Amino acid sequence: MATAETFYDVIRRQGITRRSFTKFCSLTAASLGLGPGAANAMAEALQTRQRVPVIWMHGLECTCCSESFIRSAHPLVKDVVLSMISLDYDEMIMAAAGHQAEAILGETRAKYKGKYILAVEGNPPLNEDGMYCIAGGRPFVEKLRWMAEDAMAVIAWGTCAASGCVQAAKPNPTRATPVDKVIHGKPIIKVPGCPPIAEVMTGVLTFIITFDKLPELDRQGRPKMFYSQRVHDKCYRRPHFDAGQFVEEWDDEGARKGYCLYKTGCKGPTTYNACSTVRWNGGVSFPIQSGHGCIGCSEQGFWDQGSFYDRLTNVEQFGIEANADKIGLTAAGVVGGAITAHAAATVIKRVTTKREKTEAQHGQETPS
Amino acid sequence: MTIGTPTVDTLENSGKRIVVDPVTRIEGHMRIEVNVDENNIIRNAVSTGTMWRGIEVILKNRDPRDAWAFTERICGVCTGTHALTSVRAVENALGITIPENANSIRNLMQLALLVHDHVVHFYHLHALDWVDVISSLSADPKATSALAQSVSDWPLSSPGYFKDVQARLRKFIESGQPGPFKNGYWGNASYKLPPEANLMVLTHYLEALDFQKEIVKIHSIFGGKNPHPNWLVGGVPCPINVDGTGGAGAINMERLNMVASVIDQLIEFNDKVYIPDIMAIGAFYKDWLYGGGLSGKNVLAYGDVPEHANDYSEANLKLPRGAIINGNLAEVHPVDHADPEQIQEFVTHSWYRYPDETKGLHPWDGVTEPHYELGPNAKGSKTNIEQLDENAKYSWIKAPRWRGHAMEVGPLARWVLGYAQNKAEFKEPVDKVLKDLGLPLSALFSTFGRTAARALESTWAGHQMRHFQNKLIASVRTGDSYTANVDKWKPETWPRMVKGVGFTEAPRGALAHWIKIKEGRIDNYQCVVPTTWNGSPRDPAGNIGAFEAALLDMPMSDPAQPLEILRTIHSFDPCLACSTHIMSPDGQERTRVQIR
Repeated sequence: MATAETFYDVIRRQGITRRSFTKFCSLTAASLGLGPGAANAMAEALQTRQRVPVIWMHGLECTCCSESFIRSAHPLVKDVVLSMISLDYDEMIMAAAGHQAEAILGETRAKYKGKYILAVEGNPPLNEDGMYCIAGGRPFVEKLRWMAEDAMAVIAWGTCAASGCVQAAKPNPTRATPVDKVIHGKPIIKVPGCPPIAEVMTGVLTFIITFDKLPELDRQGRPKMFYSQRVHDKCYRRPHFDAGQFVEEWDDEGARKGYCLYKTGCKGPTTYNACSTVRWNGGVSFPIQSGHGCIGCSEQGFWDQGSFYDRLTNVEQFGIEANADKIGLTAAGVVGGAITAHAAATVIKRVTTKREKTEAQHGQETPS
Repeated sequence: MTIGTPTVDTLENSGKRIVVDPVTRIEGHMRIEVNVDENNIIRNAVSTGTMWRGIEVILKNRDPRDAWAFTERICGVCTGTHALTSVRAVENALGITIPENANSIRNLMQLALLVHDHVVHFYHLHALDWVDVISSLSADPKATSALAQSVSDWPLSSPGYFKDVQARLRKFIESGQPGPFKNGYWGNASYKLPPEANLMVLTHYLEALDFQKEIVKIHSIFGGKNPHPNWLVGGVPCPINVDGTGGAGAINMERLNMVASVIDQLIEFNDKVYIPDIMAIGAFYKDWLYGGGLSGKNVLAYGDVPEHANDYSEANLKLPRGAIINGNLAEVHPVDHADPEQIQEFVTHSWYRYPDETKGLHPWDGVTEPHYELGPNAKGSKTNIEQLDENAKYSWIKAPRWRGHAMEVGPLARWVLGYAQNKAEFKEPVDKVLKDLGLPLSALFSTFGRTAARALESTWAGHQMRHFQNKLIASVRTGDSYTANVDKWKPETWPRMVKGVGFTEAPRGALAHWIKIKEGRIDNYQCVVPTTWNGSPRDPAGNIGAFEAALLDMPMSDPAQPLEILRTIHSFDPCLACSTHIMSPDGQERTRVQIR
């Protein structure tokens, strides 16, 4: 039997030389304050380590997370599946079904106790004894809890698993429940978005196997590297916001010139995600670039914050940006002054209200 | 009433019962139970949707302009098609027209979805039902190259290329960590391809995985992202600016060039990879023509892809519309979404309650009250189902019927209708496939026919994309850059009470949404989706659904391995999140409304 493809095999196949690999190990060991012996040990580990088993389960969902995952441009999902992880169970793509599929769960639990990643797409419904989502004749939530018991960590893919998403929108008829409300005592990494960006998904997964640790999380449990800044903070249309240049209605002159979509309801100012930096589908675009405001799909409870076309002025505690209309008018007359005033006001607002706002929003319980 | 479909009277459930749960490589959750006789031939089939989400209940009292985003999340595989159906329903209700450019862009997005969905379905959800992964390891790369070059001039076909792919696959499979290939049914006697054909198609499985992400860039350009691009009531959100200030941030020449490039690539992929692979499979499986089910008897399509904006009449739709019953291809019946006698849903075998369960209800009159209970002959318990009792309620899917008939929807239904209507663009490719494989027309009504129709449709869709891309450019050339009509954007401009219907042909088949708007809010929202038709349970007259019908009389080479069941069920491309979202649990009687 041939040996498993290791980290070393992967980087060699990707064109990295033996010499570079050794150097990488030495430098890494040195940066960690370890001696030359450690570099050899690290090189040994990376050359022989097996691919991390991943169990990918589906609850109540729409499969957009899986579809997004396979869109990854770097790394290609082909390379993720064949060379980086061992995707032992995923109802979406696995060859086996029925008993042969179910058997893999038990086998992984026993063979890789504490060593596999449990990735969850969707969420369990708790009404009707969990039978709004049946898996193998039993409630999905049972299967989920059972597999979580021996997992190393749990990844909650998408807004469904992270905070409930569309089926948990009011009145949440099935009592769809985020995974952190049913799984306890395990590290849970929330990767929200409907769906999350493909390269964010593969980025989180490969971060864990490359650096051999879980990513640093914010207070909501989201990786800081992708979710610590607002879409608005890095939006390429931000200068138009600051200049008071807005799209007033669809397909108007401002829309054609690429002005700010704030007045058509853009939720970029309250949405923590990497869309305006990483962008979508290999960097082709993101919602604002294609003319529609951000709908805030990575935020908890975003379905129940009013219409997607309501201006954020309707949201309480929003501060100075509520006055964008006024600033727009002012800007037409005294452009320079308005920019300065608005920029200063934005900074003040950020310092004083961002935390409040974030906490207010995050403090909400999922409707049940 | 004539019953042209198999009924419970013809089913024999005395034999060995086989349960497949979960059915994998589908969207959502489903379960199949079958009975096989002493010759391992399926004599009874029970198809169960095992999830329910309740999106329509959630939609109540929301802004109708937001409905596309909610309904889009019904399904992330056929992403966008529910959104398009929804904006059409709202526009129909409010009398909103869209600009021609918006129609062309919507068609480009819908057609891109058809191609993407069909390619991903065939290679990543369905191919392993035809392709034996382990057998591919014993292929001769030189012979594989010769085979590939004999069926296509696709450049990735050298012996060295296949040798490298095979080496990578071997290493992966023999690593002891074969990932998604683990516990597959490799070596099953129902696999018919020689090792070289297995290696060829499996290689394309990997290529298609790389390529599919390119197709959806069209959604990203016009809708900002995929899955789940953005849509707009009254048009499309992306403005066109090809020659003015700020054009770099709008639909401009660079964007149009990218669309054109993707269209060229997908046409080439369809012609040089997808179609040749289907023909190779057809050549080796021509003696395995099971799984026809209702396709040769009852098929239904609503039609889609309007040539001109705002005209949803049959003559203006490029995908066929109509119904065929009892296998009479000489007569195509007109379909009317508003006629309460045509589309009705039954719940005698679904986990819901009606006041009178002997009758069906039009979606506008739907009564829904969830009622989860197992029949007296079920085995196991409420939360641990071992065997279902199909004489009682057994699925979260309702049973829609057209004039009392169980119907099949989807690519094969569309192509059978196009064929029956004698439309050359549908008839000629079908005749060519059959002729090249030396098969009669009856062979079309099979598992393979469903899979082949999907591939033909992918090709057709690619060329239609080029047509609408050209049309969009021609329109811009005349100075028309409009993409959105905002005349009735504000709810203040709307009548107090209106209702409407929108429909599309989703990749999986006929899809319609019915909406009622009252004082600017959604008063009622109902969807009847493709997998509700195909995956439906029995009805009070004993008619069985399309999945169940397709499994009957199919032999299994090894009842312990559900390979043939998966092959036939997958040929429908089931989408369970779609099919089972639609019922509301509040038990309220729906108000009867009339279509505009």
